Amino acid sequence: MSLLDMIGPVMIGPSSSHTAGACRLGLVAHWLLGEAPKAATIGLHASFAKTGRGHGTHLALVAGLLGYSPDDPRLPRAFAEAERAGLNVEFRDVDLGDVHPNTAHIELRGETQKVTVQGSSTGGGVILVTQVQGLGVNFSAASPTVLLRYQDAVGMIARVASTVAADGVNIAALTCTRENRGGQALLAIELDAPLSPEALAFFTAWKDTNWVRLLPKLMDG
Amino acid sequence: MNAPAPASAWVLERDCAETGLDPADIRAEMLRRIGEMRASIARGLASRAPSITGMVGWNAQGLWEAPDVLNAPLIRRVQAYAMAVNEENARMGRIVAAPTAGSAGTIPGALIGVADHLGLGDERLVDPMILAAGVGKAISKRMFISGAAGGCQAEIGSSAAMAAAAVVELLGGTPRAAVQAASMALMNTIGLVCDPVGGYVEVPCVSRNAFYAVHAVSAAQLALAQLESFIPPDEVLGAMASVGRMMPAALRETAEGGLAQTPTGLAVTARMEGREPEGPSGMVELPMA
Repeated sequence: MSLLDMIGPVMIGPSSSHTAGACRLGLVAHWLLGEAPKAATIGLHASFAKTGRGHGTHLALVAGLLGYSPDDPRLPRAFAEAERAGLNVEFRDVDLGDVHPNTAHIELRGETQKVTVQGSSTGGGVILVTQVQGLGVNFSAASPTVLLRYQDAVGMIARVASTVAADGVNIAALTCTRENRGGQALLAIELDAPLSPEALAFFTAWKDTNWVRLLPKLMDG
Repeated sequence: MNAPAPASAWVLERDCAETGLDPADIRAEMLRRIGEMRASIARGLASRAPSITGMVGWNAQGLWEAPDVLNAPLIRRVQAYAMAVNEENARMGRIVAAPTAGSAGTIPGALIGVADHLGLGDERLVDPMILAAGVGKAISKRMFISGAAGGCQAEIGSSAAMAAAAVVELLGGTPRAAVQAASMALMNTIGLVCDPVGGYVEVPCVSRNAFYAVHAVSAAQLALAQLESFIPPDEVLGAMASVGRMMPAALRETAEGGLAQTPTGLAVTARMEGREPEGPSGMVELPMA
């Protein structure tokens, strides 16, 4: 967390956790989908469900799905913009169990792609993404983050790490989870700088890889 | 003998070492954000447009245009600026969270209010704003800055502490005095609950920013006179965190206690949900936004 997260973000009101943070959670789904969003189902947990309406949480989440930043003046009319963009959104109140009170579960579909994201807005506009494509992660999008889903295989993490190193980029943090041995695995790698398109293309070309995304830094600091 | 380095210099050096950001970039961005704060103050003072619910929207301008019966122009300016920002926030306008949107008026109210009162330009506010951010960061490492997690003490208490330290630095106080001001501001906010009417960031949030912007200036005044926090800053923070953990969920932004559950609070909630209020209340007609 940097100084600019404390005096900031510059945002559309009224709530840093329920509006700006919600918008950023939508943005994560927007970037991870990687194409124009067509349909979304958003589950709102606890405080997001209870006091979200008055805080513009629904508008902010939709704004994020459309790719708007928390300071975008179109945020208050995000529903109308979504309709124009052909994005259909459905909200549900859900109980996600023992998670942060400001948590949303987003299912987003485009023409060919589908992504699920679960994350919490922890205060001051800061977010924590806790699940991507159903697998556990733990990153805040405060730095560029690569997500890579693959068929669990020996040496995968080492190959990814050496590609990142060859690209001259430092790894700040890394989480890896898998469904089971030999099943689907997900690597989330937080980086000190964005990765080159070549490195990303290289990951995509591997036979064990089935999904790669580079999430840009969504925080100011 | 040279004057000691201001506390902000230390904060900036440490933060840049941690994040790898360029100090010049942070200073430039802070100056831009001070400009954003100023713009939100100007829009807020110029508008009487109602908020989302209609509970607020005219308070900043109402105070700004009222006669200064106390002959206390600094206080009136600080209060009006703070409410201008939070009324902008309540009508889904553009503001700078500091550290949150609900508490966004406190720092601009106190710091820009004092600067305008004394005729100081925005470039003089950059270092104090960096110190404010440093204080916020220190608080967030020990406890929480959201009302949902720690009650309003966590939000407005943090913003008041940040503002208090910033005003001390603006007025040439020592790093020690800045930290003491933050500590005294926090010590006198402990226990404050988050009980917004209907769950909206309007009542009491708008007037609360006016009160705690003045609170921050009070803390700065005491610290600049060499008064100190009897309980050391770290211990105050620990006490605040422990009170936050004891606070029932009903008083942490859920609108299930306090002002939100008064007859008038419940009537507003009912009206916003399209229901008729059940019992008698003191609610006046809301000008719908």
